[in-house]
Amino acid sequence: MDTNQYLEMFIDESKEHIQACNEHLLELEKNPEDLGIVNEIFRSAHTLKGMSATMGYEDIADLTHKMENVLDAIRNAKILVTTEILDVVFKAVDYLEEMVVDIASGGSGKKDVSALVNALNLIEAGSSLESLATSETAATKEAVETDNSSIQKPALRFDDYEMTVISQSAEQGFSTYDVTVQLRDDCLLKAARVFMVFEILEKAGEIIKSEPNVQYLENEEFDQMFSIALITKEDADTLKAKVMKVSEVEIVSVDQIDLESITKDKVASAAETVKETVSNDVGKQQEVVAQKGKKSAAVQSGNKTIRVNIDRLDVLMNLFEELVIDRGRLQSIATELHNPELNETVERMTRISGDLQNIILNMRMIPVETVFNRFPKMVRTLARDLDKKINLEIIGAETELDRTVIDEIGDPLVHLIRNALDHGVESPAERRAKGKPEEGTVTLRAYHSGNHVFIELEDDGAGVNRERVLAKAIKNGIVTEEASASMTDRQVAELILSSGFSTAEVISDVSGRGVGLDVVKNTIESLGGYISIESTEGQGSLFQVQLPLTLSIISVMLVELNSEIYAVPLSSIIETAIIQTSDIMNAHNQKVIDFRGNIVPLVNLKETFEMGGEQDATDDLQSVVIVRKGERIAGLIVDSFIGQQEIVLKSLGNYLQSVFAISGATILGNGQVALIIDCNALIK
Amino acid sequence: MTELIAQNDMKYIVFQLMDKEYAIGVDVVQAIEKMISITRVPKTPSYVKGVLNLRGVVTPIVDLRERFGLETKELEESSRIIILNLEDFDVGLIVDAANDVLDIPFQSIEPQPDVVGSVESDFIAGVAKIDKRLLVMLNLEKVFEPLKRGSTDEL
Repeated sequence: MDTNQYLEMFIDESKEHIQACNEHLLELEKNPEDLGIVNEIFRSAHTLKGMSATMGYEDIADLTHKMENVLDAIRNAKILVTTEILDVVFKAVDYLEEMVVDIASGGSGKKDVSALVNALNLIEAGSSLESLATSETAATKEAVETDNSSIQKPALRFDDYEMTVISQSAEQGFSTYDVTVQLRDDCLLKAARVFMVFEILEKAGEIIKSEPNVQYLENEEFDQMFSIALITKEDADTLKAKVMKVSEVEIVSVDQIDLESITKDKVASAAETVKETVSNDVGKQQEVVAQKGKKSAAVQSGNKTIRVNIDRLDVLMNLFEELVIDRGRLQSIATELHNPELNETVERMTRISGDLQNIILNMRMIPVETVFNRFPKMVRTLARDLDKKINLEIIGAETELDRTVIDEIGDPLVHLIRNALDHGVESPAERRAKGKPEEGTVTLRAYHSGNHVFIELEDDGAGVNRERVLAKAIKNGIVTEEASASMTDRQVAELILSSGFSTAEVISDVSGRGVGLDVVKNTIESLGGYISIESTEGQGSLFQVQLPLTLSIISVMLVELNSEIYAVPLSSIIETAIIQTSDIMNAHNQKVIDFRGNIVPLVNLKETFEMGGEQDATDDLQSVVIVRKGERIAGLIVDSFIGQQEIVLKSLGNYLQSVFAISGATILGNGQVALIIDCNALIK
Repeated sequence: MTELIAQNDMKYIVFQLMDKEYAIGVDVVQAIEKMISITRVPKTPSYVKGVLNLRGVVTPIVDLRERFGLETKELEESSRIIILNLEDFDVGLIVDAANDVLDIPFQSIEPQPDVVGSVESDFIAGVAKIDKRLLVMLNLEKVFEPLKRGSTDEL
C-alpha cells in the first residue's frame, strides 16, 4: 500500500499522541489512583498502535502493544502504579518519540526495542497471572462474552447532569441500559456499523452517552467494542435482537444501569480518597473536573477549526509582506501627488491592510504550550538525575506568541530551567537544614503585557550568592574590585549572564560547561528581547524574559545618515530630541548630554559605522534618538529623522552573520534596502 | 542515455574578471542582473559591497575583484551581478561581464596547475580547457565562507 500521502498526517498525529501520553503519565505519577488517566494513556497508545501498524512501522506497533498490555493491567488494578513501572513506560514513550522523529527525518523508524519489550513483559507478568487464566478459560463464546463485559468493557462514567437525567427518566418509567456492542475482528467499515447501531438505538430511545466518545467512534478510533447508554421503554431482549441485525456485529450485551450502584461506587471511591489523603485532594479533584470541562469544550470547538500547514501560513505571510512594501510605496506616491481621491483610497487601503495584518499575525500565533509541554518530563528526569525533589508549576501556557519567536525561545528556556534545577534549587538535605520544604518549587509563568510577552522562571532555591559571584567575576576579569563594591545586588545578579562566567564549582552534566547563561542572554537579545534577574539570597531567584509579540512586522523610525537610510525599532526608542551642540559635554572621552536630569551617553552613528564625512561641527543643532536597552539609555546622533513606518523584518541571510549593530534589513517603498539598527549592541 | 550525457557534460556560466574567464555551474546560478543600487552594510570586509533587494529577498553582494585581491575598477555598463543560490544562502557576485553558457565535459576539467596567477589558489577547484580557452572553475564554498562577527580578514 502506498502510505506516503498519509505520512505527514501520521507523524503529526503520532507526535500529538506521544505528547498526550507524556502529559498523562506525569499526571498519573501525581495521582496514581486515578484510573481515568490510565484510560487516556491507553487510548493514545492504542491509536498510535493502530496507526503505526497501518503504516507498517512494526517496532512502534510492537512497543505500543506491550505498553498497552501494561496499561491494561494497571487499569484493571492488577498492577499498582510505581515509579519503577512509570520509568519503564516513560522510557518506552521516549523510544516511540525517537522512532517517530526518525521517520519524520526520512528514516525507517526502526529501533531495537527488545530490551524494553522484555521489561514491559516482566512488569505485566509480575502480577498478572490472572489474565493468563482468563485467556485460557475464554474458550467458549459465552465465556468471552462475560469476560469481556467484566474486564475490557469500556466503562461508562456519568457526570452529575447525566445522573439527574437517568434518575428522572427512571421516575417516569424509562429504564437506562448499557448497550455494549462488539464488532467482528474483520469488520471493515467500523464507522458505518457504529452509525447503523446508533440509528437503531435512536429509534428505540434516547442515547445519552457513549464510550468512547462519538467523535472517536466516527473516526474509528476504538477497538472492536463500544458502549452506549440508552434511555428507553423497550426491554433488554428486544434491544439486543434489534442490534444483532446489524451485520458484522459479534456480540451485544444489554445491561440495565442501576442508578444506585453508580452513585454508591462514586460515593465509595470519593470516601476512599478522602480517607487516604488530606484536604488538598479536594483541590485536585476540582482540577480534574475543571480539566474535563475544558476538554469537552475543546472537543466542541474542535469542529470549527481546520488544520492548515504552517508552510501555507508562511507563504501567506510572505505575500502579505510584499503587500506591506507596496503599501509603503503607494503611501509615498500619494503624499507626493496631493490627489484627495487617491489619498482617500490609499488611506482606506492602509486601514484594511492593517486589519489584515492583525489577522494574519494572529493566525501565526501559537500558545507557548508547544514549547512548555516538554519541560515537565525534562524536569522530572533532571530532578531524578540530580537527586533533588522538584515540583514544576506552569502558569499561562495558553499565552500566545508568534511562531518565529516560539521557534527560537525553546533552547534558552531549557538552559534557564537546567540552571535553576542545577544551581538554584538545593538538595533535599540542604533544604531541610535551612527549614524549607524538601521539595523545591520552580514556577514557569507566561503572560502578555502591552506589546510584549513575559516569560518568568522563579525558583525557591539558594538565590545568587553575592560574595561568590563577585569573587568569580573579579577572578575572571569581568569587573574590577573597585567597581564591585558599589554594585547593587541586582547588578551583581546580572553578572551571571555575562560571558566567561560559570559559578558551579563542579562542572556537571546538567549545566555549566562554561557556555553558561551568556548564550541565553545573546539569543534573547537577538530576538529583540531582554532578560533580567531578581534574586534574594537564600530565598530564590526570578529570571524574567521579555519578548516582542512578533518578529515579522515591526514599527520603526527611519533616520538618515549621509543620505543612507537606517531604521531604529520603535520598541527601543524612548523619544527623539534636537539638542544644541553646545549642550554636549565630555566625560572620560565620552560625549554625554544632560537629558531630563539623566546623564545620557551619546553614540555617533557615523563613527560607529565608519562612514566618511565628518559631521558638520558648525551645525549648532543635532538630531538625537534616545534609545534604551532595559534600564540603560543612550542617544544616537543622526543627520535627520524621516518618519515612522511599519516595516517587514528581513534577515541579512546566512552569509552576513551577525554584522555589528545591525539586526536585519527591510525593503523600503522605493525598493531600496534599509538596515535596521540593533540598539542593544550599541549600549554597553 | 540522457543520464550518461548529463553526467559527462555540465552547463557552466562563463564570466570575465580582468583578462581571465571563470566558470560556475549553471545549477547554482539563479539569475544574472544588471547593476542596481546597493545598500552599503557597515563594518563588513571591503569586498562585501552591501545588500540589494532582489524581488523581496535581501541579498548580500560581493565584489569578486576585491575578494580575489585584484585591482578594483569603476563599475561600467557591462558589469553584471550573478546571483548564486548556494546551499545555505543566496549571494550576488559583481563581475566584469557575463558572456557565455558552455557545456564542459568532465574529462576536460583538470586540477589546477601550480601557478595560475594572482588569485589565491584556495579559491580554485580546477581548470578546464575548451578549444583554446582556459576556464577557471571556482571553489564556491571557499569563496563564500560565511562571515561571522570578528572575522577581520581583509577588513
